[in-house]
Amino acid sequence: MGENVQHLSFLQDNGGKKGILAWITTTDHKRIGLLYFYSLTVFFLMGVVLGILMRLELMNPGKDLVEPQTYNSLFTLHGVIMIFLFVIPGIPAVFGNIALPLLLGARDVAFPKLNLLSWYLYILGALMALSTLLFGNAPDTGWTFYAPYSVRTGTNVTMAVLAAFILGFSSILTGLNFIVTIHRMRAPGMTWFRMPLFSWALYATAWIQLLATPVVGITLLMIAVERMLGIGLFDPSLGGDPILYQHLFWIYSHPAVYIMILPGMGVISEMIPVFARRRIFGYKAIAYSSLAIAFIGYFVWGHHMFTSGMSGPARVIFSLLTFLVAVPSAIKVFNWVATLYGGSIDLKPPLLYALGFIFLFLIGGLTGLVNGALAADVHIHDTYFVVGHFHYVMFGGTGFAFFAALHYWFPKVYGKMYNVKHATRAFWVLFTGFNILYFPMLVVGMMGMPRRYYDYLPQFHIPNLISTFGSWIVVSGLIYMIVVLIQGYRKGTPAGKNPWGGLTLDWQTDSPPITENFVELPIVTEGPYEYK
Amino acid sequence: MEEHKSHIIDYLTQIKVWVALVIFTLITVATAEVDFAMLTVAVALTIASVKSILVLLYFMHLKFESRILNLFVIVVMLVFLAMIVFTFFDYIFRLSHGS
Ligand code: HEM
Repeated sequence: MGENVQHLSFLQDNGGKKGILAWITTTDHKRIGLLYFYSLTVFFLMGVVLGILMRLELMNPGKDLVEPQTYNSLFTLHGVIMIFLFVIPGIPAVFGNIALPLLLGARDVAFPKLNLLSWYLYILGALMALSTLLFGNAPDTGWTFYAPYSVRTGTNVTMAVLAAFILGFSSILTGLNFIVTIHRMRAPGMTWFRMPLFSWALYATAWIQLLATPVVGITLLMIAVERMLGIGLFDPSLGGDPILYQHLFWIYSHPAVYIMILPGMGVISEMIPVFARRRIFGYKAIAYSSLAIAFIGYFVWGHHMFTSGMSGPARVIFSLLTFLVAVPSAIKVFNWVATLYGGSIDLKPPLLYALGFIFLFLIGGLTGLVNGALAADVHIHDTYFVVGHFHYVMFGGTGFAFFAALHYWFPKVYGKMYNVKHATRAFWVLFTGFNILYFPMLVVGMMGMPRRYYDYLPQFHIPNLISTFGSWIVVSGLIYMIVVLIQGYRKGTPAGKNPWGGLTLDWQTDSPPITENFVELPIVTEGPYEYK
Repeated sequence: MEEHKSHIIDYLTQIKVWVALVIFTLITVATAEVDFAMLTVAVALTIASVKSILVLLYFMHLKFESRILNLFVIVVMLVFLAMIVFTFFDYIFRLSHGS
């Protein structure tokens, strides 16, 4: 840019500090995004290891690898890590942080220091959660901490619950930051309806983070208080009500599944027009459906409680409301497919992961409706059908969207391109393994195999064997993907500003972007996907 | 971007609001003695809501803020209200079915 000022890329610009200090004291949104990315990846892989151990135990009937009590701790920590340390922060904390200011044409998020604080809280919460592996007995309640068992168990539930409480604060701060950023920091000319769709998704998500998280915070604190002071809130023998716990827990945790999935949907909406070289079909419908999902998502929590002893009329109401959420979700899927239709499709790895997302999320979403149907759920509640269902949504949905975003913004962040051929192969390994791992769970669940047991009846053997076999393919796919990306980071060819031909502002600046993102703030004159 | 004006609330108003809050607290304590049956929670929450609205309006200066901020708070309140209503629906149905 004809000036003499030297603009350093954010990866080089240490702001006068040295080594690791330049990273852990940074307020640059891209660096914070990467801090999240590296820590999240470590926790994700730990979660995978625990998952693999469970699958090994379940390969054959009978006890072969771990004690029953160890198995209980395995699924609890696997769940806690995957939920609180991976999928909930996931896309917003990593790719929201990295991409949102770039997409909006801003220099940073609204509160950069708060942003760093939220990462520290995340690390603190993570360390607290993982400390339960080392000190005291690891919790065995499942990630849901259901009372009254969580009040009575001798395991270290208090620490795990306090960890989730701290992690909640981190989530709230990220949400707050994004809401203010989106309201205040859009580039000149970027009206609400010229915003890229990922920003809309993050906006809807941020409202859930802000409004729903405090509820779980206070609920978990109530568990801690009940354990430490013996106040009867949830334990019937102390005069409490266990169903109240389930209400309070799911008032947060159901909206939280939209914290997980909405940003994923946003990533997909961002990529489909780029790789189909077409204007997105139904921009406003997609934008509004994010808000609609966020809103309706607040009122469906009772569908987790159909068999809990909740009253009949409440069950019917929650079942009905659950079916309503399917409408805005389907609107998105139809719009994506309509955008692809007639486009000049370029099957690059990000799009492959996006299509993988649509396919797997469709299975996850539709099996969700099976669970949401009151009469059906009474039979499949707490079976492997549910385990299959939520892995399809959380791993097949959010997980694949996370990988899509990773492959999409990788060249932007590091300025280098990974080997596309190998990345494509890694996708196919992962995708195939995924279905071999989880589809049998849907089947064996229908056959009646309950979840959260280290053992099962002999008639469930074959599907479990197939599933364990699938888990090895998934791990191979993950390792393959990681190796390809690390190779890309070390030896990749320069990617250039805009390797995918995107029209959004993130692609108009350097790769990797300079610390200030843009030399001069862009002026926006049209929508984000105006392919001609 | 709208201009941000800072408002100063005079002491008298502050004190009036504080007195009102104290009175409402006394009412809360008093009503704890009365049995409203199914409406116990509703009564307690109504008093608490009035108190928080006073705090929001005067101590947190919402009264002088832009419309959009007020709208946000109203939406949040409504969502919260809906959560409570849905939860207590369940309780009322459970009570009326005698379980
Ligand atoms: C290689 C990858 C994975 C494997 C092999 C795996 C395996 C399993 C198995 C076998 C269970 C059921 C335990 C039981 O009910 O007895 C389980 C539970 C669970 N998984 Fe995974 N999983 C994997 C990845 C993930 C991912 C990516 C997520 C989230 C994004 C996730 C979230 C959960 C949750 C929330 C539970 C429920 C824990 C509980 O019952 O409290 N898993 N997983």
